[in-house]
Amino acid sequence: MGRKIRVLIAKPGLDGHDRGAKVIARALRDAGFEVIYTGLRQTPEMIAEAALQEDVDVVGLSILSGAHMTLLPRVVEELRKRGLDDVLVIAGGIIPEEDIPALKAAGIREVFGPGTSTETIVQFICEHFGIRPEDLKAAGEPALP
Amino acid sequence: MTRDPITLFERARAGDRRALARLLSLLEEGGEAAVQLSARLFPHTGNAYVIGITGPPGSGKSTLVNALTRAYRERGETVGIVAVDPSSPFTGGALLGDRIRMQDAAGDPGVFIRSMATRGSLGGLARATREIIRALDAVGFQRILVETVGAGQVEVDIAQAADTVIVVQAPGLGDDIQAIKAGILEIADILVVNKADREGAAATLHILRSMLSLGQPAVVRHHGQAMAIQRVEPSREGWTPPILQTVATSGKGIPELVEAIERHRAYLEESGEGEARRRRRIAEELAALTRERLWARVVHQVGRARLDGLVDQLLRREIDLHTAVERLLEEIQPCIEERDFPREA
Ligand code: B12
Ligand SMILES: Nc1nc2c(ncn2[C@@H]2O[C@H](COP(=O)(O)OP(=O)(O)OP(=O)(O)O)[C@@H](O)[C@H]2O)c(=O)[nH]1
Ligand SMILES: [Mg+2]
Repeated sequence: MGRKIRVLIAKPGLDGHDRGAKVIARALRDAGFEVIYTGLRQTPEMIAEAALQEDVDVVGLSILSGAHMTLLPRVVEELRKRGLDDVLVIAGGIIPEEDIPALKAAGIREVFGPGTSTETIVQFICEHFGIRPEDLKAAGEPALP
Repeated sequence: MTRDPITLFERARAGDRRALARLLSLLEEGGEAAVQLSARLFPHTGNAYVIGITGPPGSGKSTLVNALTRAYRERGETVGIVAVDPSSPFTGGALLGDRIRMQDAAGDPGVFIRSMATRGSLGGLARATREIIRALDAVGFQRILVETVGAGQVEVDIAQAADTVIVVQAPGLGDDIQAIKAGILEIADILVVNKADREGAAATLHILRSMLSLGQPAVVRHHGQAMAIQRVEPSREGWTPPILQTVATSGKGIPELVEAIERHRAYLEESGEGEARRRRRIAEELAALTRERLWARVVHQVGRARLDGLVDQLLRREIDLHTAVERLLEEIQPCIEERDFPREA
């Protein structure tokens, strides 16, 4: 069976824009990841707790509400509180260019804005784990009968 | 975090949730660590009560799991949840969305939810689901709720994994009669018509009652045509699956469902059926695992090239299947006698 890369896609805060999160969740599934989608209105604690229980490798946060500067660093904080320091945290949505350096300093590894192709995102995650996108699908081969 | 299976197990038993999560991943990955872990935790299993929830997509399985969890938490019992969704056969990827409807337990240390992808397995559960259930059992969860893939007809694996199987139906899922397959009813210990607040719930209830009751063949109108309903003989003497109505979103009917599960549990214990089932289940699991390991040995010992050669011969009708099997068994014979099997499955 072997290792599969597991990704949590979450929407922090009261933001109801879920199209982007769903687009990304489906695209990552189609690329061969196991994606856990937790739906809307998640607190940083809820996101970190789900990441812990699901033992994910990646946490992807989608936020279009403008509250990213407070919510995103808090998610990272909650993850660290639970010892999840090695989880890759990325984000997307409506996030102004000038906010990105501060978010990166807070532990968000990369931010992907509107119009980002899903290939770019898949490529980024794969590079982080030192694999090629083709490898994802190979790992999904069912084991012998 | 360590990946040493034994350390992980000790920590998980002491309440370390991160260790538990990592341990579940190791079991899911399979291989040597999983075999070691499985052996280590096995003596601690057999205490949890396992409830399976199956039914067509969108019938409300996750919402019911959420409602049941709340009920058990109110009674002070801890709950482990395993939610299975299908992997794509083309990419191996999966979208696991059951947690969306299981939010009430967020932040409750007495609840642990794990989503699993089927990873190529077809019977409604993943290959490692039973190992995951045992792990949750071994670390002390009292109730384990298992939600199968929502395919509506082939989730028979759950009957092998759960003490009580709840089959959920709901009105308005399209073709009601097609959706309710006899096979799925045969594994039901309890039937639930969820979304009882919706139009059509009475009709769904009627169809289920007719399918389960003996006597006159029932006729229902379907797309304006009269249709006889296929009957299901209750397979278990002494227990007639009750049919309950619930509204999982509001909690209506949940106390009655909890009650019905307790009655089924009592029936299993008093009738001896529980013991018989546990016996049957473990024997079948032993057989399945042995088959799997033996095949792995065959592949390991005989080699891919030789196997391909045999397949070629079969295709050309140069040998028959039974002869091919005889050859393979002969070739692994010395290996069996020497007991020098490789361990990995
Ligand atoms: C559609 C839309 C809505 C729909 C949402 C439907 C839904 N279910 O999603 C509706 C009409 C409901 C809506 C409502 C509102 N909206 Co609106 N909405 C939009 C709009 C036009 C498009 C958003 C969208 O779906 N884009 C398509 C998706 C695919 O793109 P995306 O989400 O950006 O995702 C891409 C990337 O960002 C990235 N990405 C996104 N998430 C993630 C996650 C990860 C992990 C990764 C790697 C990448 C990634 O990848 C995606 C693909 O490239 C935007 C304007 C805009 N141009 O973005 C405004 C916008 C987001 N809305 C806005 C506002 C203000 C509102 C309202 C508050 C309006 C109001 N006053 O009522 C409400 C709030 C609703 C709520 N409860 O939160 C503002 C937000 C302003 C801000 N942040 O400062 C925007 C920017 C419009 C504007 N210019 O003012 N909205
Ligand atoms: N009206 C009504 N809606 C319900 C009820 N129970 C669940 N739902 C809704 O039905 C939809 C599907 O519910 P889920 O719990 O996700 O169903 P599921 O069977 O787990 O679905 P899959 O896992 O996708 O197969 C959701 O929108 C729920 O809110 C109910 O009793 N009444
Ligand atoms: Mg579900």
